[in-house]
Amino acid sequence: MYRKIMVPVDLAHLRVIEPALETVADLAKHYDAEVCYVGITANTPGSVARTPEEFTQKLEAFAQKRAEVHGQPVSTHTIVSPDPIADLDDDLIEAIDKVGADLVVMPTHPPKHLDVIMPSHGGKVATHTTASVFLVRPGAGD
Amino acid sequence: MANQTNDDKPQEPQQGSEGIPAPEGAANLIDTDYVIGQDNITASPMGIDVDLHGKVFIFSSIVILLFVILTLALQDQMEPIFNATFTFLTTKLSWVFLLGANVFVILALVLIFTPMGKVRIGGANATPDFGYAGWFAMLFAAGMGIGLMFYGVSEPLGHYGTAMGGITMGEDGLRTDWAPLGGAEGDQQAAISLGMAATIFHWGLHPWGAYAIVGLSLAIFAFNKGLPLTMRSIFYPILGERIWGWPGHVIDILAVFATLFGLTTSLGLGATQAAGGLNYLFGIPAGNTTLVLLILGITIVALGSIMLGVDKGVQRLSQLNMGLALLLLVFVIAVGPTLMIATGVLENLLGYVKNLPALSMPFGREDANFSQGWTAFYWAWWIAWSPFVGMFIARVSRGRTVREFLIAVLVVPTLASVVWMTAFGTTAIDQVVSSGITEVQDAALELQLFTMLEYLPLTAITSFVGIVLVIVFFVTSSDSGSLVIDSITAGGKVDAPKPQRIFWALIEGALAIALLLGGGLAALQTAALTTGLPFTIVLLVGCYAIVKGLMSEPKAK
Repeated sequence: MYRKIMVPVDLAHLRVIEPALETVADLAKHYDAEVCYVGITANTPGSVARTPEEFTQKLEAFAQKRAEVHGQPVSTHTIVSPDPIADLDDDLIEAIDKVGADLVVMPTHPPKHLDVIMPSHGGKVATHTTASVFLVRPGAGD
Repeated sequence: MANQTNDDKPQEPQQGSEGIPAPEGAANLIDTDYVIGQDNITASPMGIDVDLHGKVFIFSSIVILLFVILTLALQDQMEPIFNATFTFLTTKLSWVFLLGANVFVILALVLIFTPMGKVRIGGANATPDFGYAGWFAMLFAAGMGIGLMFYGVSEPLGHYGTAMGGITMGEDGLRTDWAPLGGAEGDQQAAISLGMAATIFHWGLHPWGAYAIVGLSLAIFAFNKGLPLTMRSIFYPILGERIWGWPGHVIDILAVFATLFGLTTSLGLGATQAAGGLNYLFGIPAGNTTLVLLILGITIVALGSIMLGVDKGVQRLSQLNMGLALLLLVFVIAVGPTLMIATGVLENLLGYVKNLPALSMPFGREDANFSQGWTAFYWAWWIAWSPFVGMFIARVSRGRTVREFLIAVLVVPTLASVVWMTAFGTTAIDQVVSSGITEVQDAALELQLFTMLEYLPLTAITSFVGIVLVIVFFVTSSDSGSLVIDSITAGGKVDAPKPQRIFWALIEGALAIALLLGGGLAALQTAALTTGLPFTIVLLVGCYAIVKGLMSEPKAK
């Protein structure tokens, strides 16, 4: 049913997105789908990597490690942005078409009042794409 | 201890240092064990995520709070202290500012012509993040914008007036006049020429030289050397790994202080000026309510802009700004003394070049009032602003070569200033000289532009455009400033959680309102300007760092 699953990942907060990663692993195996891990980085040096190229390397290494877990084919896509915090949603929406994903699985936080001013990334992405979107809450399955 | 590698032959892309790939194409990363954000505190109070450099954030907050409380509570005691300090700096130490600014300009100009100009910011194969139009609009809007609105008319008029007045001696044998250099008593043409040269001098190569030095050194050390985008990174060639400790914290805290108070006070004072304009044009009462509403309005638009980010917020507003400014400029050239402006551009440029050596001379000046009261004051101002403008410029300049960067940050804005000052200055001086209009000269500083526009056609429209420009220029300073403060207090991270940048924009607005109602805006602005002195030293270090950094970089092909 799904051929390519796109998974936006935050390499700085891997522990938080663990439930989403598990979900992806199961879905990928079930549908025999390829998993594309997408990372977004600032063009300035940051905590994960000091250059966009280092970021790409780390993302690639992460994808390979996940491939060992679920055994499905993996790929990566790095987004470099001058202002990742502000551009995240639009960049992710653009990336869905670019990588040709038909399902997006992404971690999200529980709904909160602040969402009125600052909508969650997952919610924003879901309202702007034709691909299916699966939002995974933190602590899902506990 | 890790040290900067200074190999003559930097490795091709793969290995910059310890397995970290170089940026796009060859570049020479600095080998350090420091992980950006390692000193940061992350928390989630009330569901709002924060990610801050503990020491820089806490100490700059304390310093800021302390200064605000002291100024509000002990206004009469603090103001004389700030004023005395600043007067001491601009009179006794004016040579430091003048000499420093000359060094910045000369280095920036020389670099354009050396092979080092070929180095590309972000690595040999990096591509620019922003197109020329957007990039240049952002440089200009952050760099001076608002000042051109207020001083475009008043400064040429002022210098022309004092130059005409010639030299007057006090009883102690010191000059009491404010004329630049030797003045030009009674010689109208010479006075116009000198007045314009003096104005362009203050808005030309020297301010942009300071911005270029900060911008370039930060850009090189962040994008090519892999250090965080904060002021402390400039000091790496001198202090090495010690920049991660207190010496670095102090530099960053000072940058936050200068930027925040620079922005807050000009927001407060600017609102007063904008309200003055609104009152003059539309009869809107310029009371506290109008002022507070103006600051709130500017803050809200700035908030929207930083939420949308650099690309969709700041860039677009800056472009809107440039468009409006260009419109006003073209209008003034068209309905003003067009021919005089057209010939004036070249004449003024030549006059500027001719008078440049004398005007920028740090020692043995006879025109103390002018060189200390005007020039040193401006230099302190530009240099105090340079961490903010330079950091913002650095952030949007990845992918440009050093030569491209310097031409765009130094030469193009200088030429733009020449055209702007010539258009507005010539029109205003012509009104005085040919038509004998004296209202403009007599008007309050913030109203001079509007008074001048009144003697041109379509006043209602142009004045409205003028007031919109003033307000939007404030927004573009406020939003880029909040981004800069946020990234310094987040230890150089530009991807810290969004609420932080909102916090800084709100603090700016809140402090501006508090100081406006409680008094002390001018006093704190003086306090912010005194940071010009330490930053002159920081910038001189920046000069050294640029040369050292560029020497170890491969040239773009």
